[in-house]
Parts: sequence; structure tokens; C-alpha cells
Amino acid sequence: MSATAMNRARCDENYNFAYLDERTKKMIRRAILKAVAIPGYQVPFGSREMPFAFGWGTGGIQVTASIIGRNDVLKVIDQGADDTTNAVNIRSFFARTTGVATTERTVDATIVQTRHRIPETPLAEHQILVYQVPMPEPLYRLEPRRRETITLHALADYGLMNVKLYEDIAQLGAISRTYDYPVIVDERYLMSPSPIPKFDNPKMHMNAALQLFGAGREKRIYAVPPYTSVRSLDFEDHPFEVQRWLHACALCGARDSFLDEMIVDDAGRRLFVCSDSDYCGARRAAGHVGAGQAIDADAARVLR
Amino acid sequence: MYVAVKGGAAAIENSWRLLAAERRGDPRVPELSVAQVREQLRLAVDRVMTEGSLYDPELAALAVKQAQGDLIEAIFLLRAYRTTLPRFGYSAPIDTARMVLTRRISATFKDVPGGQLLGRTYDYTQRLLDFTLLEEGEETPLRTSIAQGDATPPDLINEAMPRVNTLLAREGLMESPAPAHAGEPGDLTREPLMFPAARALRLQGLARGDEGFLFALGYSTQRGYANTHPFTGEIRRGTVAVEFVADEVGFALDIGDIEITECQMVNQFAGSRDVAPQFTQGYGLAFGSAERKSIAMAMVDRALRAEELDEPQTAVAQDQEFVLMHADNVEASGFVQHLKLPHYVDFQAELELVRRLQAERAGNAEQEAA
Amino acid sequence: MRTQRESSGEPMSGDASDDPLLSARGVGKRFGARFACRNVSFDLFPGEVLAVVGESGSGKTTLLRLLAARLPCDEGSVLYALRDERGAQRGLTDLTHLSEARRRWLARTDWGFVEQNARDGLRMNVSGGANVGERLMALGSRHYGRLRAEALHWMQRVELDTTRIDDLPATYSGGMQQRLQIARNLVTKPRLVFMDEPTSGLDVSVQARLLDLMRELTEELHLAAIIVTHDLAVARLLAHRMLVMKDGRVIEEGLTDRLLDDPQDPYTQLLVSSVLQP
Repeated sequence: MSATAMNRARCDENYNFAYLDERTKKMIRRAILKAVAIPGYQVPFGSREMPFAFGWGTGGIQVTASIIGRNDVLKVIDQGADDTTNAVNIRSFFARTTGVATTERTVDATIVQTRHRIPETPLAEHQILVYQVPMPEPLYRLEPRRRETITLHALADYGLMNVKLYEDIAQLGAISRTYDYPVIVDERYLMSPSPIPKFDNPKMHMNAALQLFGAGREKRIYAVPPYTSVRSLDFEDHPFEVQRWLHACALCGARDSFLDEMIVDDAGRRLFVCSDSDYCGARRAAGHVGAGQAIDADAARVLR
Repeated sequence: MYVAVKGGAAAIENSWRLLAAERRGDPRVPELSVAQVREQLRLAVDRVMTEGSLYDPELAALAVKQAQGDLIEAIFLLRAYRTTLPRFGYSAPIDTARMVLTRRISATFKDVPGGQLLGRTYDYTQRLLDFTLLEEGEETPLRTSIAQGDATPPDLINEAMPRVNTLLAREGLMESPAPAHAGEPGDLTREPLMFPAARALRLQGLARGDEGFLFALGYSTQRGYANTHPFTGEIRRGTVAVEFVADEVGFALDIGDIEITECQMVNQFAGSRDVAPQFTQGYGLAFGSAERKSIAMAMVDRALRAEELDEPQTAVAQDQEFVLMHADNVEASGFVQHLKLPHYVDFQAELELVRRLQAERAGNAEQEAA
Repeated sequence: MRTQRESSGEPMSGDASDDPLLSARGVGKRFGARFACRNVSFDLFPGEVLAVVGESGSGKTTLLRLLAARLPCDEGSVLYALRDERGAQRGLTDLTHLSEARRRWLARTDWGFVEQNARDGLRMNVSGGANVGERLMALGSRHYGRLRAEALHWMQRVELDTTRIDDLPATYSGGMQQRLQIARNLVTKPRLVFMDEPTSGLDVSVQARLLDLMRELTEELHLAAIIVTHDLAVARLLAHRMLVMKDGRVIEEGLTDRLLDDPQDPYTQLLVSSVLQP
């Protein structure tokens, strides 16, 4: 599909609009409303079996299917790119079951469904970001039992997480989480931002767009309303920091975006390229150029 | 010069073509028909119906064919189809006491009213590969006699054949099989499972749950990981009528028969100062001839009742949350296999941290050496 | 966030020492038809240490759990002189009226609980320092350096080797684990500490040193404590007053010295006489 044109597919009349029946969509919308009313709180919902495997985006798909309308424009990304196979698969599913226009340009989209990244291009008030979430419970690595964590959230008893962060610094000198980095939403609930790199965490804070999170297999929906505080956990003397690269994008020269590292030959030479394919493409279209060269393995070490 | 690889859509379409070709296999071999699967791979069809939570042998057979015999993939297909079906309502509870029996056994008594009926079972076969099956249509003594009309197992219907557990309950030796709480049971396929879960929801989860996972857990209880002292009160297999009360008509309509297997376990007795000791029950139910599944389900059902029966919980098979959250093979398969999806962004984040920590360590070592 | 006491040993203003800190009134608990403990009443004052003594099966552990609001009473009530987050007195409050959130907050701030088995009172999978700092983090403290400094300070206070701050409690000896428990509890300067057989299972010499430490701390920090023990020597060393329990009832109570030197009830006499003289 062309990067600039919006595409409309022919809608498959054998299915209800967006595949789900209307009662299911209503049930999901009620869950979404509850989630928006209580930022960061995980709302259980009757997740349905979808034509996609659990773990492959069914939560995000159900959320998108419940909110998408005929005039929406949908963008779907995975690892920041529109052309990864799973993103392609999901986008064609929606094209087929809704006939809604799809795009690869963040600025043109009204709904962006994403796995593991937040787009580099800042979002606007009329946009909705739908995250695919594998494990909605931020405490699950410390306490796998849902029965326990429900109580901990209710009592805002986050001691488990606090000691884990202290322990990381005591043993490693740094907090060891680099993705799915826990946050406090609206100064109340501890939330998992989904496995986005911590590089993306700051984008969630006071975002103009509505952020919705869908976990299909675990059957939870949660939300961060627009302009809500989202604070990454840290210590005053070990403040939260994002990753930085020594290198710029080899294609467009960007120094402020998340870069994918690719090994290009047997000698271990590497190329660093923007993970966000639309961001990179737009920069190149505007005339920015990168060095275009692979780097030696030794020089590939990144520094903060 | 690096060029971003495009063509994800084309790759996907090609994968479908390759799949279709592989499914067909060698074109010189006759194509497998859905009817053949339904008739001659019945036990696969039964498992797919049970774990797919949908009774339709034809569709289940189609799913088995489409999935090339991968039963978990077939179960997934059936479940996804089930989601799209409109619902009219709930049937009346099936009455397994009024079953047209093709098999009925009890391990607790040598003889039971109505008798024991061995029926069709692998239990007393000798596990020797039967090479005559390599050829179709070859005459064997057994096949000949069936064709000639004898050795046909009789179907029995006998209303004077109460279940063993009911007999024990009449004597006060078995807990009453009636549900503890009144009211409608929830529907596991419509609402998320929350803990602690009522027995009805647990049983639904077990009925849909992976047979392998469940019989491994049942096996563990036999080996000392929380013993429930099981005896097989009764296993019965046969067909029952499904009845539906349509509002327009006002009475129950018989909408068809289904084949089911039911297992009732007689388990460790429980009692207290106020209640005389009685045997307790574990229950299993499956579509078709899924006997192993029904036994495993009954064992795990009983193990999960530990909390309700005030028993110490020492083993995984008694842990509601552990068993029910991991019993669904469609969920498990999806999540386990999702590891094939790209995770390189998160991996990049990990790489960066490890490199940084190594650099810091090297830096500290240099400083100390200096 | 609750402000911490300026210096140890000084009661907060409004903490009038003629009002009890905790009051048990006819407290009882039933399991089935049998009462594990019944009709227990006493007042505990700030800085006072009370020992609850009895053999196993006497009901003393059940009583402790009732007093610490870990079990609901079937009879009677337990009242506590609650203070709110700003430290202001709110008078004697019936603990059954507390929400679960409030009860947990109380257990993390104004109370301590030292378990018989350190594994029940510590997080075994994080370091000593994390264990001591946890309560402070729960109250909002977010400066790693200061948390660590507090942990070091309290480890020193309980005579633990501070170089072990990053070690897991599983690597500590039994006596050290108990000291770590104490530190973990004292870091929020509680006014009342519950202890369940705090020295049982330890070597005699380790016990003796631990008891000395506990006596110093309770005096220095003006701690009130309720200590359950079967060991009269513990009561003698630490407690101002004693309750003697048998079959769920208090059969004798009074000042420790008086009880041990001149027991009145035959059962108490039996207990006292069976203690080996050093």
C-alpha cells in the first residue's frame, strides 16, 4: 500500500461491521467507559474468541472493533512499522470487515492500533491510540495471583514494586526494567504501559489523545484519558531516564527517535534505522538524509 | 545501501497458498473427506467438540481437516466460529439418568442395578499395531461377524438404572449432588473468570480445558500431590435428548440428541462434629466418547473443591487460579506461540541496558586498577 | 505523609500518659463450639510492656492475633488510641470499625509485629536494606540514598553487621533475622509492637543478647509491647506486667516481679516452679 494515499477496501457483507456483534461491542464500550472513568484501573471484560490467536492482538482488535466508525481512518503498527506481518494482517482484517480507510501516516489517522511502540509523531485531541497488551497486571512478575493483586490495587499497596526497584539499584546500580516500565496513573493506580520501551513512557504523560489498552487473553481493558498524569516509577536520586543513541538514523538522520539495530554482515557491522517507519519516511520526504552507512561492531555500543 | 523490506502482505498470501498445498499433500493420494474424518476419526472429532465448546460433529470434522489434524488448531477454529453464532437461549439441563447407554461401568461395586455394560472401549485391547488396517476393506474375522449382524453391542435404555452416586446419596453415604447456591450459573464464554470462582464456572473451565493438562494434574493427585482417594462411581456413555423451552410454544421441545460421556467419582469422605461423614463427589462431562477427559475432569474438580471442603491446600491441582488460568489450550497456545512475533524493539532496550552495565563495570574496574 | 517523631523517647504532644494506648474489653474468640480465648480485659499504657504467658494451647497466640486485629473478635472488643496522618489524637477507637485499608496503614506505621518465624515477617527474596526501607517507601519516601541511610542506621541500632545490607535474609542466622524483623518494624517509630515468641528457636546465648537489645529499645523508644511467650525468663526480663493464660482464660495477672516472686494461683505456682534456676 502506498505510504501517502488513504486506502478503502471493499467491505465484506458476510460479517457485521467490524466483525463483532452489536451486543458484544456494547459490552466492550461499557468496559471502556469504566476504564476512562478510573484512569489506570484494569476493568474485566468478556473477551471473545477472535479469528486471531490469543497473544496476537485480540485485545487491541476488540477495542478498535468497538470504537471504529465508518468515517475513521485506521493505522496499525507493530514494532513501530506498518509493514510487519502482524500489522499487515490486522489492518487487512479491519479493511475487510469495515471498509474503513487505512493509512500509514500517523497525522492522517484517527485511530492508531499499536504493538510495542508509541508513534514518534505527537498525537492530537481527535486521535485514539489503542495498545495491544499481553500482561495487563504490572505486578505479575512479583505476584502472579490475580486474587492478591486485585486487593493490592484496591488498597494502593505497592510495597512489592517499591522493594523491587530499591533492590535493583542495590544489586545492579540501575532499575532493570527497560520495557513495560511501570507507571503511576493520575497518582493513583499502578499500570503496565504494555511492552513499549521505556523510551516511549514520557509520551504517555499529558497526551492530547485518548489512550486505550486491550488485553484479550487476560480479559482486561484500561485507559489513560487525555491530559492525564503518567509518572514512571523512580527515585529522586535515581531519576527515570530514557535510552539515547550515539548514532543517528542511517536513512533520515534523526537523533531523537527510537532506533532499530540491524546486523548487516558477517563481520557484525550494524545499521541503525528509525523504528517508526512513517516518521522516518516523512523526514526523508521532507529532505532529511542520513549517513547511509553501516557501523563497525565496536562502534555500535550505545551510550546514554 | 539498506532498503527496508516490504512485502509483508505478499508473504502472508504466499503462506496461505503453501498451507493449502501442504494440507492436500501428495495429489496422487485420494483427498480426505470431511465425512471420513467424522466417521473414522471420531475420537479426534469428539475432543475438538468438547474443548471447542460446540456440539457439531460435521463442523468439528471440517476443523480437523482444515487444521491438518492439529487438534488444538482445530479447537481454535471451532471456538472462533462459535463466537459468531447467534444465541437463542439455554437448554434445559440434560438428564443423564435418562440416557440411551452404549457403555456403563462402575469400579465401586461388583454389580449395580442395571448391570455393567462394557461397550466399545480400548481398555481391554492389546496394544499391538494392526497391520491389516494398512489396507482398506480387508476382511478380518471381527469385521466379517459384524457384517453378518452378530456381535452388535446392544443399546440399552433402562430407567431403572440410577447412577451409583445417586444410590449412595439415597443411603446418606454420599453428599447431595444438588448445587450449593440457587440462581443461574454464569457463562464462562461471556464473562471474565474472577476468583474465587463458583463450582459451576470451574466445571465449565474444566470441560473446555486441555485434556493433557487435566489428566497430568489428575495423575499428580494419584501420586501424592494432594490425594482425593478417588473411586470411579460410574462412567456412562450414550445419547441424551436436548430440550429447549421456546417462549412462543411454552413447553419443552426436543431439538435433538447428543452423545456424551459422564464420569462420577466417589472421593474422600468429609465430615465434622455437626455433619456425619459422607463420601464426596468429583464430576466430569464431555461430548462424544471422551472418557479419559471425563475422568481427569472429575479428579481435578474434586481437587479444586478443597477450599469449599475445608481441606488443606498443598498441591497445584488444588489451586483454582493456577489450574483454571492455564487450562485453556487456545489461550495457552496463542500466548506461547506469540513468542514468534517480533520483539526486537524490547530486545533493543535490553541490549542497551546490558551494554551500559558492562561498560560501567569495565569503567569501575579500570578506575580501581589505576 | 505522616511526619516522623523528632527524637526517640519523647511522646507526641497530646499523648497523655494516663490514657491507655490499647484497651481489651471482654475479648473472646470461638472456633466451632470451643472458645480459644475468652473474657480477656486489660489496659495497656504507652511505654508499658505486657507479657502474655502460657503453655501451648493456652490461647495466647489467638489473643495476640485478636489484639492486632488480624482476627475478628466473637465477643468483646479491642480499642486503640488512633492517631491520624497528622499525628493528632482521635481517642480510643474500636478496631472493628476500621476499614481494611486503614488497618493495613496502622499495621505499617504506628504498630509493629515481630513474628515467631522470621520468614513470616520478612520478604525473604529481597535484601536486608529493602526489608527495612519498605515501610518508608510505602509512606512515600522516594530518595534511595536516604532510604539506604535509614536502613543502615536501624541495622546498626539492632546490632546487625551493616555490610550485610545487600544480602538476602536467607543468608542471615536466625538471631540476625529476628533483629532484621525488629529493624523493619521500628523504622516508622511505632508506639506499639506485638511479638509472638520472638526468641523461641534461638540458641540460649543468642536469645539472651536479643532480649537485652529488646529491653534497651523498648526503654529508649518508649515502646509499648505485648509479648506472647511460654518462657518466663523472657517475661521477667522484658515485661512490666504479665497475664497468665490457661485454657483460653486469664487465671492471674499483675506486676511481673510480684507474680514471679509470689504467685497466687496454683497453676502459676506450677509454672514458676518448673523454670530451671540458672
